[in-house]
Amino acid sequence: MKTQSIVSIDNLSKQEILDLLRDAEWFEQHPNHKILDGKVIATLFFEPSTRTRLSFETAVNRLGGRVIGFSDPAATSTSKGETLKDTIKMVSNYVDLIIMRHYLEGAAQYATEVTEVPVINAGDGAHQHPSQTMLDLYSIYKTQGRLDDITVTMVGDLKYGRTVHSLLQALSHFRVKFRFIACDELRMPREFISFCEQHGIDYEETTEFSPATISDTDILYMTRVQRERFADLSEYERVKDLYNLNNAMLAGTRENLRILHPLPRVNEIHVDVDDNPKAYYFQQAKNGLFARQAMICKCLGINPKDAASK
Amino acid sequence: MNKELAVAALEYGTVIDHIPSSALFKCVELLGLEACPSAVTIGNNLPSRHLGTKGIIKVADTVFAPEVINRIAIVAPTAVVNVIKDYEVVEKNRVQLPDEVVGLVKCTNPKCVSCHEPMATRFNVVSREPVTLKCRYCEHEYAGDKIVLR
Repeated sequence: MKTQSIVSIDNLSKQEILDLLRDAEWFEQHPNHKILDGKVIATLFFEPSTRTRLSFETAVNRLGGRVIGFSDPAATSTSKGETLKDTIKMVSNYVDLIIMRHYLEGAAQYATEVTEVPVINAGDGAHQHPSQTMLDLYSIYKTQGRLDDITVTMVGDLKYGRTVHSLLQALSHFRVKFRFIACDELRMPREFISFCEQHGIDYEETTEFSPATISDTDILYMTRVQRERFADLSEYERVKDLYNLNNAMLAGTRENLRILHPLPRVNEIHVDVDDNPKAYYFQQAKNGLFARQAMICKCLGINPKDAASK
Repeated sequence: MNKELAVAALEYGTVIDHIPSSALFKCVELLGLEACPSAVTIGNNLPSRHLGTKGIIKVADTVFAPEVINRIAIVAPTAVVNVIKDYEVVEKNRVQLPDEVVGLVKCTNPKCVSCHEPMATRFNVVSREPVTLKCRYCEHEYAGDKIVLR
């Protein structure tokens, strides 16, 4: 039984991503198999993230595993000055898998270097959050039936939004056309534009968010434009409402279009979109459960279908 | 002329030549020469056809292990190392940057785990010309004067 850590979406090959998506699909049909019976899994949340923690803990509980851990580091030895290394080594004595979120970038990578227990990165600062990427991929795969030959339009904060960067990297394994819609201050960073050019990825950039620029898209990936990202607040005031989606804008869009958002949203998607069948952001969050069940089993070296048939 | 004299004057030891002037004292630091008990001669701002000006370090009675001498490739990839025996140059090599740089360079991203934990920094060399290092943890990249020694 080969275990492995998942720190970054880059750790996964195209085949591994496809296998995880098929496992997630299987878990959606069979969410309650007790294939983690006897396993103890730690959820170490050095910074609070209720949404991600509940999703991971539900994934473990539905598969019959037990969870230990903390959601508030103030109540642990970390607040007494214990190093990350010591915390990880201590917890490693008790568990089969560590799921961790940390406010420092690279914390999960460092954790993998001080323990033999596999680690899943549930977010390290502004750096990586591979389970978010897997649930985004699963949502696209599920709603479109494929990951090849689709057009993905990303809107909003393309500069600081780690979800769009990781999704772009993951989708580079497939034939995807991208459109990046953002104001100049929040446009896709040069390194990711170079990434597209180096990998022969078809992309275009525009500052205009309108029915015309979303009419041919299959996936509309919305993100939040945050005030604190702007050095010049008058610039924020100028652009803050330019990248908001409302129901009227969806009139001429494709039937198969689905709208994704990593949540939480503020006002970038008007509530009048929520009842449109093209709105998919709440189901997207639910898909996180199945994507995370698949990731947990992969890290523990468990083939879910084989384990369930025993 | 100066260079020949400097090399010839050493009976046994190492002469490091073709160091960019701006990197000379960083090389002294990377080699730990402050604590070196042997005779150390340091010259800087000497004329150089290729570099404009250059620095030279001469260390008597010492031959550095490759993993030590190659540290200076981080800041002085043009440096050439001459090993001297009986007043003769018996070995002449350009320094070589390893694939990974451990514990020598600081990651200046304040949100990087390596700035907060008692741990060695680790950088992967993503380009040799110009030298570009990528932090193994936060994946920030550094080149030129953005490379800061620990």
